[in-house]
Amino acid sequence: MDEIRALSAQLAQDPQSLVFLRLGEALRRKGQLDAALRVATNGLERHPHLADAHDLYARILTDKHDYEKAFDEWDMAVRIAPHHTGALKGLAFLYFKIGDLQQAEAHLAAAKRVEPDDPTIDQAIEMMRGGAKGPAEQPAAPSPPSGAASIAAPAAATGGLDEARVFAGLEGANEGLLLIDGSGRVLGGALKDGGGTDVTDAVAAYLAGVSQEAARTAKLLGLGAWNGLSAEGQHGNVHLAHPTPDALLLVVRERGIPLGRLAILAQRATLMARRWLERQ
Amino acid sequence: MSAALDLITRVRGVRGAMLVSAEDGLVVAEQLMEGIKGSAVAALAASLAGRLRRAMEASGTGRSVFWHLQAEQGALLVVPSGEESGNLLVVAVAEPDVNIGLVRLELLRAAEAGT
Repeated sequence: MDEIRALSAQLAQDPQSLVFLRLGEALRRKGQLDAALRVATNGLERHPHLADAHDLYARILTDKHDYEKAFDEWDMAVRIAPHHTGALKGLAFLYFKIGDLQQAEAHLAAAKRVEPDDPTIDQAIEMMRGGAKGPAEQPAAPSPPSGAASIAAPAAATGGLDEARVFAGLEGANEGLLLIDGSGRVLGGALKDGGGTDVTDAVAAYLAGVSQEAARTAKLLGLGAWNGLSAEGQHGNVHLAHPTPDALLLVVRERGIPLGRLAILAQRATLMARRWLERQ
Repeated sequence: MSAALDLITRVRGVRGAMLVSAEDGLVVAEQLMEGIKGSAVAALAASLAGRLRRAMEASGTGRSVFWHLQAEQGALLVVPSGEESGNLLVVAVAEPDVNIGLVRLELLRAAEAGT
């Protein structure tokens, strides 16, 4: 509940922010579907062209057994972002539910082309190839909410990842290092502000998509691939790097630490993150 | 305005400089070498600056004073300027071997000069 309260407060403070994605998902996971639905629809009104918002809405609708609308939302997400794996997996789940295994597998295959290292996709494909007779008989897909979790693997499901160990042994592993994926999902590390408050989720939400945006900016300028982004703040410095094309690594330190030192620390953390991601 | 941009582009290795509205990503003024798509770069730089500003404020580091995106063949250097350091962005596009410290200084000067 603390997480929901904190995310609600953040959203109230900045209604335009993308925190609604995390809040909606947190409410969905707690089973507060009506509240989750309100958050998602409000978010969609503000961000109608955000694929992640349609993905969130579809997951909630799936939990509410409104599969027709969920299909429309995931379909919309894929139209906006053809490589949105959450939506592709969601559509696969819905096709699986109605027994169209060919379409289900085709969508999973499309998701796998985008994220070849995602083990949940292989698991789902194997499960379907293993003589699937219908969703009701599948232990991995007993009902829409958990079924969605097993086949569609919602973006915010972080439980299976060993977050604490990504940066084990590295200075500031639990307060000044953060690893997120392209949609702002926290993969490892943690951030605390000067007062010791955990700000991991808020920062992760704001950084969603930064890696892709930095890549687009560098490409448009004819600068080739981007290597890092350093920033000086009023009270601290940060460095961003990308261990993989989609993942983003953030290092935060006090203002006294020079940007060069931060870049070196980020290099070490990037190597650790890359190795860790390869093992997942 | 153009005088401030002129000082930035005089630094060896700088390919262009721009003044960008942080809110809507529109070019306010520019001095760019041929081939740089000013309007598109301005939009992306503003978007990136917005995300970075929010993330930095949330992380407790406060507003960004200066940031630079390093790439294989160059860099984008930005100093937020104007009221509450958030209305305008002074932007420079530079070669990879540019003197970052010098460009930073000129960007800060341009920002202070109330560009």
